[in-house]
Amino acid sequence: MNLQLTEDGRLRHLLTLDGLPRAILTQILDTAESFMDVGEREVKKVPLLRGKSIFNLFFEPSTRTRTTFEIAAKRLSADVVNLNIATSSQTKGEAILDTVDNLAAMHADMFIVRHSQSGAAHFIAHHVAPHISVVNAGDGRHAHPTQGLLDMFTIRRYKGEFHNLTVAIVGDVLHSRVARSQIHALTTLGVPEVRVIGPKTLLPTGVEQMGVKVFHDMEAGLRGCDVVIMLRLQSERMKGARLPSSQEYFKFFGLTPEKLALAKPDAIVMHPGPMNRGVEIASEVADGPQSVILPQVTYGIAVRMAVMAMLSGGATT
Amino acid sequence: MHASLPDVDPLIARLADAIAPTLTPDTVIVGIHTGGVWVAERLHAMLKCVLPLGMLDISFYRDDFSRIGLHPQVKPSNLPFDLEGRDILLVDDVLHSGRTVRAAMNELFDYGRPASIRLAVLVDRGGHELPIRPDFTGLELDVPAHQNVNLSRLDDGHLTLSLA
Repeated sequence: MNLQLTEDGRLRHLLTLDGLPRAILTQILDTAESFMDVGEREVKKVPLLRGKSIFNLFFEPSTRTRTTFEIAAKRLSADVVNLNIATSSQTKGEAILDTVDNLAAMHADMFIVRHSQSGAAHFIAHHVAPHISVVNAGDGRHAHPTQGLLDMFTIRRYKGEFHNLTVAIVGDVLHSRVARSQIHALTTLGVPEVRVIGPKTLLPTGVEQMGVKVFHDMEAGLRGCDVVIMLRLQSERMKGARLPSSQEYFKFFGLTPEKLALAKPDAIVMHPGPMNRGVEIASEVADGPQSVILPQVTYGIAVRMAVMAMLSGGATT
Repeated sequence: MHASLPDVDPLIARLADAIAPTLTPDTVIVGIHTGGVWVAERLHAMLKCVLPLGMLDISFYRDDFSRIGLHPQVKPSNLPFDLEGRDILLVDDVLHSGRTVRAAMNELFDYGRPASIRLAVLVDRGGHELPIRPDFTGLELDVPAHQNVNLSRLDDGHLTLSLA
């Protein structure tokens, strides 16, 4: 677990938000705040990671996450190499490590890893030399820590504090690494009430043990919420969850203006993207005044800059 | 060891007197976090500057980042004006190696192209490592390399200098 921290408590890899101390989460959010204005300046770059090589190792396709990592690295003046590796040729762990060793021989300083298998980033972090950092950009159903962090950054920007909030996470929690990272971060940062809302078939068994309240009904679950986080429903998962159709899902768990009206009037609506309009969220809500879905994308760059900056620098022992 | 150093207020007053005749309508004052901002706030008030005060955190521009990593408390830089064509008065508390000032100048140029930059420091303690000299100095000291000059701010806002 402490693979993520150095002996003196600094960030070494970012693999999961589970078990990361509150002070580190807060430091990442504060540092991200400082990076916010870099994107608005004449020169949208700081020289912090000049001469560092960052490899985006994407074993699972993703345009947006990879792009925001790439922009974040470039705004830190790092050199970025994108590798989209077909999963079919990477079924064995040894093959992954061969790839990693080859890139390390090219003097890589950091790997940003996305993989369809849970634990892939941990696996690589265990293997790499001490001067190389690993960032998990999503592994299977396990974790997506930078998404979780950018969601916390968004909540803090709009709500200021965490200690007085009720936050609902709605939809396919079962398959969602984003939801897991959000729940860990929300509870660590002191949110008193975290709710998950979804059909039984899409909520993991024992999810209550993560410190959340479980609802199977939107009307009850959304009442009085300050923050509503919608999750993406992947159509291929609908069959296994025995959902008759996306229209049926939308009827019960899609966020419409009427359902949103049950939350607090100043509630914000978030979504990690990409959205399925008309499945988990109505367009009127996605594009409505309470939606902060596009600001989430902007904040994601600052948060990823903060993570990469905190991982780099400092004498390696 | 704690040698006694002069009061800060008269030093800032002296700085303000020296700066006043050189002010132009385009002058903006920019303090470097944290001590430089304290001095800059005072100068900004004494010189009755119309343009808002700028603040610079040079953490992202430090030349020792790869050695010591990111400072745990980075504060946002805040330059609430267009830098293009401005006369910048850069303010820091203590000038030592000159590396902070270099980093600050690098950062300023990423916001735009100022017409000029001048440097005001409360204390020039010597030990320069770069060709950077202040235009306005409150106090010149010759401090041995192993000692530090620190500016601190008390709860009542009072500024004091100490040698440690």
